[in-house]
Amino acid sequence: MEEKKHKVSRRQFLSYCLMGVGGFMAAGMISPMVRFALDPALEAGGESDFVQVTTLDDLTEEPQRFDFQVEVEDAWYTSDQPRSAWIYREGDEIVALSPTCTHLGCTVNWEGHDDHPNQFYCPCHHGRFEKDGVNIAGTPPTRPLDVYEVEVRDGSVYLGRPMQR
Amino acid sequence: MLQKIYDWVDERLDITPMWRDVADHEVPEHVNPAHHFSAFVYCFGGLTFFVTVIQILSGMFLTMYYVPDIIHAYESVYFLQNEVTHGVIVRGMHHWGASLVIVMMFLHTLRVFFTGSYKKPRELNWVVGVLMFFVMLGLGFTGYLLPWDMKAYFATVVGLEIAESVPVVGGFAKALLAGGEIIGAQTLTRFFAIHVFFLPGALLGLLAAHFIMIRKQGISGPL
Ligand code: HEM
Ligand code: FES
Repeated sequence: MEEKKHKVSRRQFLSYCLMGVGGFMAAGMISPMVRFALDPALEAGGESDFVQVTTLDDLTEEPQRFDFQVEVEDAWYTSDQPRSAWIYREGDEIVALSPTCTHLGCTVNWEGHDDHPNQFYCPCHHGRFEKDGVNIAGTPPTRPLDVYEVEVRDGSVYLGRPMQR
Repeated sequence: MLQKIYDWVDERLDITPMWRDVADHEVPEHVNPAHHFSAFVYCFGGLTFFVTVIQILSGMFLTMYYVPDIIHAYESVYFLQNEVTHGVIVRGMHHWGASLVIVMMFLHTLRVFFTGSYKKPRELNWVVGVLMFFVMLGLGFTGYLLPWDMKAYFATVVGLEIAESVPVVGGFAKALLAGGEIIGAQTLTRFFAIHVFFLPGALLGLLAAHFIMIRKQGISGPL
């Protein structure tokens, strides 16, 4: 390498110092604000409580829609928000499917279309799912319906948060 | 890499003269602290601007969480300060900066006064400076209500009583500022709008006038 390339003039040296100090000060100012703005995106999802939705006696082999309320904490605002689940018995097991279509989030219905018995149907773009929630190939959704965490206590059915499969 | 991008743009748009015109200007010996340390008093104008930039930036970030509503304003400030990471820093910057900017402006004004820099031909810049002082007071007054706690509320009660004590137009001025008879929901939204849109807009316009005049007239001579 040429000798010239290594030479740093006094002016250059000072301007590097100035840029370094200035950059450090600017970063000290900006970074708390950027972290502040990014906070919602970096926050881990909260734990959810199980809420009582129905009793074992009300469940059948056929998916039924149950509506319930969950307490949602949204920053400084806490409220009860409506939720629904399609719940059925599969032998000893209890399956509770989220009604949120995995395509773009519309709400699915059990046997929502006359041409498709025994399936969940989404009216928005004709998305379809099997009874166990698995999406049917050739329709828009790309993954199965989410399933709620289920707990049974004293004959009552409690649901937690919907989990992706 | 950056140099290449710069050269590419410069070749097409000839941007060098633009920033040169802004950045290259004489700094006379008598305002350079490296020559006479006492010249640091000439830094107060720049420091006032620096704190103003911090106020505008931190204020913009605060509005990501703040809501100007009497039910939720206090809760949202509590949330952004205690639940959001670094919220206490960002609110702290805005809170302490609001006082610091007044201090800096005062020191800057003292410098201008004791160096006689307000004299001809710079009278207009003094006038603009006084207008900025009032805009700053307005920002402090309207911002102070926003957390909507007891201190905020009663400070505004007192402030509006003072407005009301003005002869003839007092009652009208108070109702206009409060957005009605009571100091409540409409006062808060009004103060918020004034605090984050109207006064910062006015401030930026005045700052531009201030700086353009300084470039035009140069800095005043030594004592
Ligand atoms: C440039 C000069 C400014 C001054 C002197 C100023 C002053 C103040 C003051 C005194 C408060 C009350 C702070 C507290 O009680 O902790 C406040 C709050 C607030 N300001 Fe400003 N402000 C300025 C600019 C701005 C700008 C440009 C914005 C937004 C674009 C803004 C947004 C806010 C918000 C959202 C609050 C409420 C949050 C809080 O109280 O911490 N401010 N301001
Ligand atoms: S949202 Fe259900 S198919 Fe598109």
